[in-house]
Amino acid sequence: MTITTTDPDYSPKTATTTAGRRIPDRLTPPMVRAIKSWESLLLLVAVGIFILNSFASPYFLDAWNLSDATFNFTEKAMIAFAMALLIIAGEIDLSVAAIIALASTAMGLMMQAGFDTPMIVATGLMTGLICGAFNGVLVTRLGLPSIVVTIGTMSLFRGISYIVLGDGAFRGYPESFSWFGQGYVFWVISTELAIFAILAVIYGVVLHKTNFGRAVYAVGNNATAAMFSGIRVARVKMILFLLTGLMSGLAAVCLTSRLGSTRPSIATGFELEVVTMVVLGGINILGGSGSIPGVVIAAFVMGLVTFGLGLLNVPGIVMSIVIGALLIGVIALPRLWQKFRRG
Amino acid sequence: MKLTKLLTTVAVATGLFAQSAAADDMRIAIVVKALGIGFFEAAAKGAEEAAQELGDVEIIYTGPTDTTAEGQIEVINSLIAQRVDAIAISANDTDALVPTLKKAMQRGITVVSWDSGVAPDGRMAHLNPSSNELIGNMIIKLAADELPADGGKVAVLSATTTSTNQNIWIEEMTKVLPNYPGVEVIGTVYGDDLADKSYREAQGLMQSNPDLNAIIAPTSVGIVAAAQAVVDAGKVGQVNVTGLGLPSEMAGAIESGASKSFAIWNPIDLGYSATMMAYHLAKGDATAEPGAEISIGRMGEVTLDDTNSAAMADPFVYDETNIDDFKSIF
Repeated sequence: MTITTTDPDYSPKTATTTAGRRIPDRLTPPMVRAIKSWESLLLLVAVGIFILNSFASPYFLDAWNLSDATFNFTEKAMIAFAMALLIIAGEIDLSVAAIIALASTAMGLMMQAGFDTPMIVATGLMTGLICGAFNGVLVTRLGLPSIVVTIGTMSLFRGISYIVLGDGAFRGYPESFSWFGQGYVFWVISTELAIFAILAVIYGVVLHKTNFGRAVYAVGNNATAAMFSGIRVARVKMILFLLTGLMSGLAAVCLTSRLGSTRPSIATGFELEVVTMVVLGGINILGGSGSIPGVVIAAFVMGLVTFGLGLLNVPGIVMSIVIGALLIGVIALPRLWQKFRRG
Repeated sequence: MKLTKLLTTVAVATGLFAQSAAADDMRIAIVVKALGIGFFEAAAKGAEEAAQELGDVEIIYTGPTDTTAEGQIEVINSLIAQRVDAIAISANDTDALVPTLKKAMQRGITVVSWDSGVAPDGRMAHLNPSSNELIGNMIIKLAADELPADGGKVAVLSATTTSTNQNIWIEEMTKVLPNYPGVEVIGTVYGDDLADKSYREAQGLMQSNPDLNAIIAPTSVGIVAAAQAVVDAGKVGQVNVTGLGLPSEMAGAIESGASKSFAIWNPIDLGYSATMMAYHLAKGDATAEPGAEISIGRMGEVTLDDTNSAAMADPFVYDETNIDDFKSIF
């Protein structure tokens, strides 16, 4: 059979399955699509890494150790979910780590003022929302490019916490506050891991099962067309910036609780790791495509790689190289494969 | 334990990654602020030296890529997972590491901090490279050693008027001054830890005191600036610059003769002593409690104070005999 087509996913099989009167909404059957998808490739990588790790270190297969390892990515993954939606919609937020710093500083101020855990948490989340709103207004109302806006607010937000704290630190958070970053809901399932799992489900449903989710894809694929089909583009983007801010606030709550203290240098460099996670998860950096399951697996891949290499005491420099190589490899391989098949 | 050994054997047999040391060696992790810093590489060398001397110790030298607390926590988590026997850490953050290090101690790991300390809750003991008294004594001793037999005039070039460390050291120096007869301290000037201001202040000292014999700068910025001022004024051999400085920055001053000697901690000794301390605490032949005396091998013995901190030794003296070995280290 020689069928020439521009769609790389097109396969001869579809010709038979679509023979009836039913008009398919996809050209490839769901099963074939699932097997060939980015997510399954990534899952394969994750399983491979898991197996390699359990052979490489005798300490890897231990429930508590694996539980500890999840802390390497849970906070970043919380932000990555919202960031995934934002990037699918064609925007980006590089100020997330700075929002963590500012939210953590605000929580520290509340703590010093004598407020207890609920108020501290609320402050963290609110600060995140406000920061997100600030980014969102600049992007949607003034029409500035989000990358420029958030590079600016990245310095602005962290700058404020440096002004407040200088080289000092907030310490002495209430005992009950430590539940978020150091507590466990059940056996080895930490609070952070539980939050991560719940968020994964929520974001998965929102992106893949709701009108809003469809709107996010539409905006990312063609904002003008989306606007003419009745989608309020600016509003969608605004909501996504608010969500990203809120998630950064939540990550700030968890991280601050885990560290038990606040310093203005908190979460330095998190923004790039979040974006790496999103891109590794198969979200198109130019917008328009990607899925939440991809991001979930990518979070595990990054966590497993850093933890596995850590167990072998591989220096962090080598670890960064491995993550970089993994990112390029996982992105480049499918394209090379397609080229090879077509050529 | 049997399963662990079996798995280790499997790992070795599979030839994926070899586990290097025997299973019953004590494993001490040296965790530094970030990898690739000369000072810490030298400390790791000292740790290896201690391990060789002790025999049954394996050193795991590790740290994050950037000097972040979050990075160190990831490293500590993987060390806890490996069930190392001891962690000796130079911390990026006094407080943020406490919860994780507490967890390490709960799981039976000996935790000590060195160089840059952790809050008392998060470690069993802390090793300072030196103490304020020892530093105060050392800087005046270095100046006195090079003075003419009948004594001479000495001035101090400090950082800022509010620099806590420098003020304490100068205060300690003043306390021991009676031990050095003939040494006359004519006063203290402040270069604010700025190269140009320190340089001008040093110039001013030499102009207003033509018979000045030595400048003590207990700051790494001031000492370099003062040495340069002495060279530029053509007073090499007449005015000796000493104090606290970094070998890499002071190599030129030693070579030109503007500085006969200066002091700073020796990272090799520090890594060595931290390893020794962690070893004895993990072994159980020393307990971490105020007043406890812990042997640190060739460096002698340290005594823990009421916060379980100890001072290793006098600052290490650098002069023309050893500067070449250390200038590439830090």
